[in-house]
Amino acid sequence: MPDAHAPAAPSTDLRERVSALSYWAVVIGLGGFTLVYMIVPIGIAVLMSFTDGLTLRFPPEGYSLRQYRALLDPVRSGPIHTAAINSIGIAAWTALGAVLVAAPAAFGMARLGRRSATALEPVLLSPLVLPSLVYSLAALLVISNLGMGPAYGFVVAGHIVVFAPLMYRTSLAVAQQIDPAQEEASTTLGAGRLRTFLRVTMPALIPGVLAGGFLVFMQSMDNVSVTLFLADPETTVLPLRMFAMIEDSLDPRVAAISGLLVAATVLVLLVVQRLVPFVRRR
Amino acid sequence: MQRTTGAIFASPMLAMMLLFFLAPLGVLAVASVTGPEGGLTLDNYRVFLADGFAVGVLVDTILLGLKTVAAVTLLGVPLALLYWHSGPRMRTLILVATLLPMLTSNVVRTFAWIVIIGRNGPISQTFVELGLSDRPFSLMFSETGLVMALTQIELPLLVLPLIAVLSAADRRLVEAAEVLGADRWRSLVTVLLPMMTPAILAGWVLVFASATTSYVTQSVIGGARLIYMPQFVYREVGVLFQWPMAAAISFLLLVSTGIVMLGVTILARHRRLAAYA
Repeated sequence: MPDAHAPAAPSTDLRERVSALSYWAVVIGLGGFTLVYMIVPIGIAVLMSFTDGLTLRFPPEGYSLRQYRALLDPVRSGPIHTAAINSIGIAAWTALGAVLVAAPAAFGMARLGRRSATALEPVLLSPLVLPSLVYSLAALLVISNLGMGPAYGFVVAGHIVVFAPLMYRTSLAVAQQIDPAQEEASTTLGAGRLRTFLRVTMPALIPGVLAGGFLVFMQSMDNVSVTLFLADPETTVLPLRMFAMIEDSLDPRVAAISGLLVAATVLVLLVVQRLVPFVRRR
Repeated sequence: MQRTTGAIFASPMLAMMLLFFLAPLGVLAVASVTGPEGGLTLDNYRVFLADGFAVGVLVDTILLGLKTVAAVTLLGVPLALLYWHSGPRMRTLILVATLLPMLTSNVVRTFAWIVIIGRNGPISQTFVELGLSDRPFSLMFSETGLVMALTQIELPLLVLPLIAVLSAADRRLVEAAEVLGADRWRSLVTVLLPMMTPAILAGWVLVFASATTSYVTQSVIGGARLIYMPQFVYREVGVLFQWPMAAAISFLLLVSTGIVMLGVTILARHRRLAAYA
């Protein structure tokens, strides 16, 4: 930087001001726009759920709880209820399965040598980057080669495979921070290995597992690509049901489902955010 | 001792990924080069590549992914910079505004975009009010509308890694650059961007993989006229039961994602970029 200490000529002064101004214009202007761009569609979905009309005109002409009443009506919306129950069940089993397989893996990988951990990690994380639709097709191919067909159990199994890496990542972040000295201290003081694991290691893992469980549950609830090929006709799930409702008639009850889903997400996000910060400060 | 315990705990998930994730993909790869009477053949790929429509679908899908990546970067990096310059309150707001859309169902977000870009939606209304268009219009079933929706849907995948890097970044590096006389743009290019590069590359992979395979958004916003690989694969299997062909197509989808990932990984290993990682 040769001219850093040179006396500022009027022209450099102007250039500096233009440079600073253009920088802040981009950061505040474009950054602020992005903030609005990300969040406004969610607000619009919620607002639409209170529409009084039968069309999706925005802003709605009148407000009422009509879509919610239609959604809760067990006679008219029975199939939606079944789909929602299926989705919640699948997501719960998936979260449980992911905890059982990925939390120990994160604990184990944090204790492996650096070299073997770097070599093995891509295997554990591969479902995050490979298209899950392709995986779903591959799984269906294997299942039908084995003489079986799509089923509820396969949907759960597929979801566990595809979403376990999310649980692995959040658990690993926590597992790496466990100090082996603490575990050693516990065993030195006479606690057995099981007791040490239950009283020292497990409690330290819990924030990562909670955050992971939340992510896995939400992703499983929303998944279409894996379910698309692996679900039998009886196993209807909420996102595919909503997809069908949108494609068929742009049914405004979708707005009410959206409103409920956003409300549930906000609620759980608030609770989980209290328990575990998603972006941790190092 | 430590390592044996580690291996024991890690092995179930490793076995699961090898047996239930990578092995089926291998079976798919084999199926894609198997002829109707068994035996090795490249016929499926030959048929696909000779079919102008099918190749067009593949090219459109890759272009859709690249356009989304470009739009997400153009919007996401300034937001990350806004986060960098903000105080704790604004930082929390940005974090929540990123997490909420990310955790909100894809179908819900897609639904919101139907409302936004539809004939009676806010975009069309604003253009008519401002006299920029003489009648209401819809961006449904257009690639512009699809990229707009996908950009909003995929933005958190880039912004979140960037926020994670920046919240851990050392403020003194930028201050040092400014003391040495660098203006904002210069310290952005020489200090901040190099710090952000690994996260940007990681975000690109996620955004590309997600945008090219978002079946619901592509089907709903793209409609019947705009066909991308996921719908194409679904039609081959779900409607036409063309297994080997579907295997070949989805393998090409996998390979094209793989090429983008490989490109990004090589870029990340590039000496100058890796120095900051």
